[in-house]
Amino acid sequence: MIGFILRRLGSAVLVLFTTSAIAFLIFFATPGIDPAARIAGRGASAQTLAQVRSSFGLDKPLPVQYLLMMKHLFVTRDLNSFVNRGEMVVPQIVQAAPITLSLVIGSAIIAVASSFALGLISALYKGRVVDPIIMTLAVLGISIPVFWLGEVANLITQGTLHHSAFSWVPPLGYTPLTQDPIQWALHLLFPWLTMAVMYVGIYSRVLRAELVAAFNEDFVQAARAKGITERRVVLRHALRCALIPVISLFGLDLGVLVGGAALLTEVVFGLPGVGFLTYQALENVDLSMIMGTTIYAAFFVVLMNALVDILHAKLDPRIRHA
Amino acid sequence: MLANRAALVALIILVIIVLVSLLAPLYASHVAHTNPFTSNVQGSIVVDGKKVDVMQQSATGLGVTPIGPTWHSRYFLGADGQGRDVMARVLYGGRVSLLIGSVSAAICCFVATALGIIAGYMGGLVDGILSRLFDVVWAFPVYLLAICLSIVLLTSTLTIGPISIGSGSLALPIAIISVIYVPYVARPIRAQVKSLRERMFIQAARSVGSSNWRIIRRDVLPNVLPSVIVYFPIMMALNILIAASLSFLGVGVQPPRAAWGTIINDGLPLLYTRPLVSLAPGVMIALTCVALNLLGDSLRDALDPGSKVRVGS
Repeated sequence: MIGFILRRLGSAVLVLFTTSAIAFLIFFATPGIDPAARIAGRGASAQTLAQVRSSFGLDKPLPVQYLLMMKHLFVTRDLNSFVNRGEMVVPQIVQAAPITLSLVIGSAIIAVASSFALGLISALYKGRVVDPIIMTLAVLGISIPVFWLGEVANLITQGTLHHSAFSWVPPLGYTPLTQDPIQWALHLLFPWLTMAVMYVGIYSRVLRAELVAAFNEDFVQAARAKGITERRVVLRHALRCALIPVISLFGLDLGVLVGGAALLTEVVFGLPGVGFLTYQALENVDLSMIMGTTIYAAFFVVLMNALVDILHAKLDPRIRHA
Repeated sequence: MLANRAALVALIILVIIVLVSLLAPLYASHVAHTNPFTSNVQGSIVVDGKKVDVMQQSATGLGVTPIGPTWHSRYFLGADGQGRDVMARVLYGGRVSLLIGSVSAAICCFVATALGIIAGYMGGLVDGILSRLFDVVWAFPVYLLAICLSIVLLTSTLTIGPISIGSGSLALPIAIISVIYVPYVARPIRAQVKSLRERMFIQAARSVGSSNWRIIRRDVLPNVLPSVIVYFPIMMALNILIAASLSFLGVGVQPPRAAWGTIINDGLPLLYTRPLVSLAPGVMIALTCVALNLLGDSLRDALDPGSKVRVGS
């Protein structure tokens, strides 16, 4: 097991290196683009351009430039934004991360709980009326653009019904958990629900398919033949086996969401998380910030992927020896 | 039976959406009598015998509000912030969204099939390199990859050899969107080809001296094609969604072109006064994607019952 973990972490480092290198190449080596002008922002003075060139070592070969960039990000952590002069990139990301985590974790809990319920009901009542209804709703869930759903939620809770049914919904924005837990939850409730919709759609479909497949497995038949109660067969035998693919999907999605896919939800609901930082940087064409958030994102995704694989190997011993 | 009926409904919905999008110019010129790409802030129209300004002076305070839905041929769904006919724009937007979705799904499926077959069939070092490449693209959050590529390319022309892509070109979002989901399709295809390679009929073809190219063309391709066909509508739905999200972030389709995503974005400042501007294109996206996903599900049940195609991103 320890050997597997080490090997997995080794390949994670390799992927992280390649990902950061690709992000770097997109910015610094795209043909026909002057990275100094891009980093310095629109209408930068010659002085700023010279400063950017020396700070990022743009007259030096690409590998040196890459190392300089990584040094600014991870060692000295003094990567400057040239658009918002003097704003440090790394501290801003560190400050925004808890907001993104609050959003993603809450949403993940809602998504997992409801998709378990829906997937289980759908699989148990396969072929009855509820099954196609749930599955059609699940397809709807994966077909709605999340930012649009968020705007519709805003329209209802902040607009049309704000003075009647939804008068308890606070205005858009964020309150830290440490400051006021109730306001924190109220501010995040609709972002949580909005973001959960798509994942409920995905997981309930996968869980249903896995459960239906598991019901036909020999070990489930054997458990039934032994006379175990149906409830125990479903929860202890079939569900356990069906969970493995759902767990790996969940881990990957969690990494991607913390990494940046939550950005649409953050923008729509005005939550100043890491995705929102990326969005602002995009509006201001602030390349330093985008590089920072991209590499932060890649780090989370790769870390989650490695954790998922290790967990996977723990649950399913066959993988360790593959 | 139920799946068949769902597939039929989905197909009918899709055909209708494609048809009305194709007929957008006819609608604009013969029904709405408008050019949906030029602003019309000064104009006025006649509704039920009364003359109404397209941009109405707000009753409270400053500013103007575009005309709401008339439910008549002109400004059926009202006007957007520049006085343009929303209905006509939604129809035009469908052309762009469907084009982006289908072309990038086709490119993605083609590239993924080619790479998946090469990786799975060749094995060894080639497989190792390609698989790692898939891992890396996979580890790169989709939105961030698209944002990075767009921000670098959107304001300047990318020239790779003889191909040059201008900043306003549709080719740019199409290229970005087709790249990001390649691993999504290529990985399962690779796994499938890897197991096919060990099967008897391919061993037999090899033992009678068939060339690799012939084996791939005659034996491997026909066996993976059903999976590719199943993936196509699902990828198209995903691509339409991601194209809309990119437009929302301002890095997708650039004006004056309109796609469903850009129209949603145009309507956001009017969300609380004229919600239909944003709601209508969103409903079209949802409708199209539900139909595509249902079609994908039924195709899978029909062609490829064993596979576990994952839907969503």
